[in-house]
This record gives sequence, structure tokens and C-alpha cells, in this order.
Amino acid sequence: MSATTPPIGTTFGSTSLFREALVIAGRTLLHWRAQPGLIAVNLLFPVMILLMMGGLFGGAVAGSTGDYFVYVLPGVLALNMMFGIEATMTALASDANKTVTDRFRSLPISGGAVLLGRVLADLLTSVVELVALSCAGFLLGWRWENGILPALAAYALLLTLRFSMLWLGVFIGIRAGKPEALMGVQILVWPIGFLSTVFIDPRTMPTFLGWIAELNPISAVATSARELFSGRQIEGVSWAATHALPYALISQAVLVAVFAALGVRAYRRLGQ
Amino acid sequence: MAEPEVLIEARGVRKHFRGAEAPALDGVDIIVEAGRICALLGTNGAGKTTMIRILTTLLTPDEGQVKVAGYDIATHPGQVRASIGLVGQYAALDEILTGRQNLELFSKLAGMRRAEARRHAARLLETAGLGEVGDRVVSKLSGGLRRRMDLATSLITTPRVLFVDEPTTGVDPHARRDLWARLREMADQGVAILLTTQYLEEADALADDVVILKAGSVIARGTTADLKQLVGEPKWELREPTLEDVYLHLHATSEEVISR
Repeated sequence: MSATTPPIGTTFGSTSLFREALVIAGRTLLHWRAQPGLIAVNLLFPVMILLMMGGLFGGAVAGSTGDYFVYVLPGVLALNMMFGIEATMTALASDANKTVTDRFRSLPISGGAVLLGRVLADLLTSVVELVALSCAGFLLGWRWENGILPALAAYALLLTLRFSMLWLGVFIGIRAGKPEALMGVQILVWPIGFLSTVFIDPRTMPTFLGWIAELNPISAVATSARELFSGRQIEGVSWAATHALPYALISQAVLVAVFAALGVRAYRRLGQ
Repeated sequence: MAEPEVLIEARGVRKHFRGAEAPALDGVDIIVEAGRICALLGTNGAGKTTMIRILTTLLTPDEGQVKVAGYDIATHPGQVRASIGLVGQYAALDEILTGRQNLELFSKLAGMRRAEARRHAARLLETAGLGEVGDRVVSKLSGGLRRRMDLATSLITTPRVLFVDEPTTGVDPHARRDLWARLREMADQGVAILLTTQYLEEADALADDVVILKAGSVIARGTTADLKQLVGEPKWELREPTLEDVYLHLHATSEEVISR
């Protein structure tokens, strides 16, 4: 070792859970810088879904493409928050597979920092995605008809959906242990996302299917976001739809309570 | 003369994974003093990696007392982690980032501020002879360079104890010699090193002490010289026994040989 190397056993400054989490979240920003193309694709994908669904089906579903964009955009925002689960799952499974998780766990840092860092990074990514998708919506004629504060409340609600999905992703990603094992879950994300009120008014579905679609927590968030953005009450066929906001908050609180506990437990028990 | 400090002290370590027929470790004792390199030998499934994972706090033993750098892993895992470095079987690096970014990231997690982390990363790259490739993305590095980068990352905390799990698997002979020299240099500075390897030549060249595991139990332990003496009867008339001769002999007989 060179003369300037600290002697064996040197300890460095103390650190805190939040600072450690920020460092780990900062790693995601470095990934953005290293892979700008990937970030661009991630931002453009939901815009593409919006354009595709609105352009192809808007006229048939809502009578006009413009009206459908206004209907579907809050739904696509919610769907995008749900699809974020894939990034969380893949990041954790990939770290575990490449033993980066072992490196983190063998460092003198808080166990919670790794998961908190992932949460912060994914929420930051989600904010950027929401901004990009909303800008696309504005260009297509969508507006915050109900004012700024309800719109901000809608975005906060969308982020709570991302937050709850994130913990589900943490749990699945850790348990999977390698990205290849996530294939089945990744396939399931699509039908779960589509069996909702994101794209279609549930009243146009067969009653039983409409009822199931409204029970989907993504539907509750999409409906609440529509109400908050537009200021209009959205009708539905079940209690979950007519009380979308409380149902959204309750279902997400349950998801967070269950999967945050399971995710932290799975992280602590890695390899046991 | 003062007694050498014991930096790894494991006694009666037992671990039985759920669903497994036999325990992965069945009452293993390992002692490593400061400045010595101990090689943990055994076939696949002998329990080497399980032992390393327990000593590095990644796994909880079912039974046994384990102290690393003087701290009990059960009661003071944070102090243990602050005293150790781990080089796992696979380079535990973020492959999207450069080597320098990895070193800075882990230095910050070790408690350094941004500027200090940057200086520390540069110093580690220079020391490891990786200065020229420090700004290359890890996924573009060769296997040997990646292992050296991994070793550099494990030295961020200037550890008193280093665990090295099969360090030269898949590494070319030149890079292997480099890594050996680096490990010997660290041991000479007082670091206790526990390494697992399947290459007996590696253990022969590097280790001061050897522990041989078979099916989760220690079947032999001692210095390489002691072990060679124990089985160095007329069988090897034309040459000195190698550690490979010792290993094959002991593995076949599974005798419990305690020479130290």
C-alpha cells in the first residue's frame, strides 16, 4: 500500500440511516447518467401507450379521440405507477444475483438504508415519469380542470400507489433472487393492469367483470385521480367505485403494511 | 513476546439449512491470528461459503460462538462489519458504473464525505494498479481486472480481517499471481485473511494455515508444513508431498488430524 493509505483498522466518519439511503438512491442517478437511452425509453413508453390507446381506440370508446385522452390520461398515470413495480423487482433481484446486496449487507450501514434508498430512488423516478406523461397530456388537450391543489392531491395519490407497489416489488424482487425468476410476475402485471377501469368505463363491461375491475386498487386510484383532476364525480357499479378515494387509501395502506413487513423480513433473512 | 492477536475465532459453529438432509456446518472451529492467511479447503458443498457468510454476518449460525476482530457477530454485527472486508465468489460491483464510481459509492457508505470518498477511491485505484482502468464501466473489464476491482472495493474500510471466497476462479495465471502478492502484502501488514479455494496450489503458495472441511466438518487443520509431515511417509519418495497429496490423502481417510 502507498504511504498515504490510511492504516489498517481506520474508521471513517459516522453516518445516518437517511444519509446512507440518499447515497444508495444517488446510485440510481448515476445509472441515469450512464444509460440515458434507457431513461428516454422508460419515459417514452407510457406516452406511447397513451398515444396508442387514445389514437386507436379513442373514437370507438368515447366518440372522439380528444375526449378519450381526457378520460384515459389519469388512468395511464395510475397504470404507469403500477408498472413501476417491474423496475423495483428487477433492480433488487439483479443486485441479489450479482451479490451487490451481499456487499451492502457486509458494510457497517443500517439494513434499512438499502431498502429506503431504493424507495427514494423509485419515487424520484416516478415523479419524473408523471411530469413527462402530464406534459404529453397537456399537448394532447388534457387540463387540470379542477385547479392546482386538487391536481397536486391527485399526483400525491398516484405516488402513494407507486409507494405501495414498490413494497410489493421489494418483496418479490428479494424473494426471486435473480431477474430471470421474475418472468412470470412480469407477464401477470399486464392483465392485472388492464383488468381495471384505466381504459374502459366499468359500466360498459359485463356486471361481474366491472365489479372485479372496480375492486382493483389501480381502478380506485385512476377514478380518484379523474375526480380530482376534473372535479366531476365518476359513477361506478360497486362501493369500491363510489368510494374510490377511501378505498384507494385503505387498499394501499394494507398493501404497504403487509409487503413492507414481508419485504424487510425477506431482506433480513436473505440466504438463511 | 506478546501473544499474536486472534482476529477470527469460531467455535462449534453449526448451521442446518431448512429442507437439507445434513447440516452445512457441524461444529466447526476456526482460529486465525493477525498477519496470517488461513485457507479453508473442501469440495463443493463442504461448507466453505456457508462459513464465510456466517463470519461476515450475512448468515446466522444455529449454534456456536463467533468473534471477528474481537467482536461477537451476534451482539456486535455493526462493529464486525466495520472491521472486515469481503471478496465474494463473484465480483460484487455495480456493473453499470465505473470502478471509480463503485469505489466512491461504497466509500460514501463507509461514512466519508464526497471529496474524501473521491480521494480515497483514487488512492485505492492507484494502490491496486487500476488507475488506468478506473473510469471504465465494470461490465467492460476482464475477469481478472474485475476481481482486482472487487478486492479494492473490499479494502474501502481498511479492514483488519479479510474474507476471500474463491478469489481466483476464472482468473488468468498472471492476474492470479498479482492477487496472491496483494493478499500476502496485506497479511504482512497484520491483516488476518481467511480464504476459500479449490486450487490447492493456491493454498500451498499462500496459506500459513490450512483447515480442510468435508461435509460440514473439519477433517484436518494445521500449517501446510505440519500437514505435509503428517502424511509425508515413503509414499512420496521422489519428491516432497504437495498440499494436493495431503488433501487427497486426508479426504480419502477423513481422519481428524489436529496438529496445532
